[in-house]
Amino acid sequence: MIAADELVGITVASVSPRKQAYLRFKEHKAAVGSVFVLTVLVLAVLLTPLTARYGVNEPVIDIKVAKNQFLPPRSEAWFGTDDIGRDIYSRLLYGVRVSLLIGLASAIISVVIGVAVGAIAGLKGGLFDDIMMRVTDIFLAFPILVSLLVMRNVLGAISWMKPIIGELSSVRFLIFLFAIFGWMGVARVVRAQVLSMREREFIEASRAIGAKNGHIIIRHMLPNSVGPILVALSLSVVGAIISESTLSLFGYGPNVGAGSTSLGLLVGGSAKAARAGYWWLVVFPFAALLIITLCISFIGDGLRDATEPKASGGRA
Amino acid sequence: MIRFVLRRLLWAIPTLLLVTFLVYCAIRIGTDPVQSYKRANSRLTAKKIAEFKEINGLYEGFGGYVRGYFQWLKGFLTGDWSKSIFRNGDVWPVLKNALANTLVLGITASTLGIIIGNALGVFAALRPGRLRDTAVNSAALVGLSIPPFVSAIILQLVFAIYWQRWFGGGSLFPTSGVYPPGHSGFDLFLRIKHMVLPVTVVAIQTIAVYSRYMRASLLDVMNSEYLRTARSKGVSERRVLVRHALRNALIPVTTLAFLEVGSIVGGLIITENLFEYPGMGRYFLNAYSSGDFPQLMPWMVIIVASVIVFNLLADIVYAFLDPRIRLD
Repeated sequence: MIAADELVGITVASVSPRKQAYLRFKEHKAAVGSVFVLTVLVLAVLLTPLTARYGVNEPVIDIKVAKNQFLPPRSEAWFGTDDIGRDIYSRLLYGVRVSLLIGLASAIISVVIGVAVGAIAGLKGGLFDDIMMRVTDIFLAFPILVSLLVMRNVLGAISWMKPIIGELSSVRFLIFLFAIFGWMGVARVVRAQVLSMREREFIEASRAIGAKNGHIIIRHMLPNSVGPILVALSLSVVGAIISESTLSLFGYGPNVGAGSTSLGLLVGGSAKAARAGYWWLVVFPFAALLIITLCISFIGDGLRDATEPKASGGRA
Repeated sequence: MIRFVLRRLLWAIPTLLLVTFLVYCAIRIGTDPVQSYKRANSRLTAKKIAEFKEINGLYEGFGGYVRGYFQWLKGFLTGDWSKSIFRNGDVWPVLKNALANTLVLGITASTLGIIIGNALGVFAALRPGRLRDTAVNSAALVGLSIPPFVSAIILQLVFAIYWQRWFGGGSLFPTSGVYPPGHSGFDLFLRIKHMVLPVTVVAIQTIAVYSRYMRASLLDVMNSEYLRTARSKGVSERRVLVRHALRNALIPVTTLAFLEVGSIVGGLIITENLFEYPGMGRYFLNAYSSGDFPQLMPWMVIIVASVIVFNLLADIVYAFLDPRIRLD
């Protein structure tokens, strides 16, 4: 049997949409570079027994031997030491681990809730849709810090939720707190996707052969929305990491216990350190925060260009 | 047009009521006013507490919350505001000062940011894809990605702390407050000196937003058919740009500016607190950390009302500027 294109003498190499997206992603230099940087960072953070030079609470030099507080960067402590002589470089590695966990976990919860709510709202419409849109509108009317602080208190005051979300300001508590704000962005994106696809021919075709709503959402709409969902995921990871730092800055950061720290807590200490002139306590945590958030943003940007070539003005 | 405005105004009232009711519940659950009262005054008698509950309408249960809300609303509307729990004084004079300070900071920063941002956006859009376009666009992306607290603390570090060490003398710009401690009366020069750093922090964000927005908006117009028509009529390039392109490109930018003004009032919390600027943001965090219910509620109402009002204004201005928009 001869294929049609062979018959007319042209050979067309078929490239699957997934492969096309991959090829486009590879074109986005900042995104590829970010993937590399982030991979190195995640490896360094996971392999702390090898990469960290000191324990979380271990002083760089024994205080009995020499003064160890607020040492500027030097060979014993690459990024300097803090108020009780601990190595900032090692603490950053431990801290980033906790903050990445907070960011990823809350973003995943956000995506699960957001996809479910957004898909139902988009497909069913009606009252549920109205309520969802109004609820997100209300939250958007307030500055994010205000919503975070008020909801933090509300969640902390509801006693029956304590077994699920943990004590006020525990890491688990913050994950749920950020997820409350993360899902709304995802839900809006998914809802818009569902609305734009609802009347398309392939959905109609699927419906014509008897597909149920659940099948249509899972088999047709979600696979066609992977790009926007991934972008929304990257945005909510960044949002959660920055929120954690912002809360810490005002003293509402995670309560990670004595044996740990978080990037937010290290960033949160920077305001005081800046006034005292300890630049290394400011610059290094900020650099870590910016590198992480910029890398994730660039990857999200690359994913959008890769999955929605039209959105980037047709230049990709 | 008038019908549209009236209808939107009528809708704004139930929205405002619903949102303030939700906020009322959230704040009462979150910062238990009775607990705050007990913390503020030791050795309270049960009678005193009951009296406090009665005055502030702190009834229990869902029905109690509804009743308490309406009691609060009546007091709020008639100007009979309950007193601050911790300072034991009137709320309005403090809130008024905070609002005025925030408006000064916000409007200065936004005006600067909008002018510079739009200029940069036009500058970039005139040569799309060239070096200046890439430079403006990337710089704006970086500006947007930097959280305000990072730029605030870095500016403090450089211009206040390290300036002294490098060049001797005092710091170039003060890092806190609106006047030096102990100063009284109005002094324009000192005031400006204190506002340079906070204004810069806020303006960085505004510039980044507007340069990208203006660029996109102008590029959109540049590709439109009516510009080609104008050019083919023989209109000079300068006139095409100023009369045809810029005027149309400014429509969405103006809408954005109105939305932004609405969010200024509560949107500078981080900057204000890092610079100890006595505005709405500092007011909020103080009231929040002490759990001062009578101080928090009016603040929330102002925030919500300004967002709703400026959203409405943005819609009206949009419809007014762009005759293609139909309001029904």
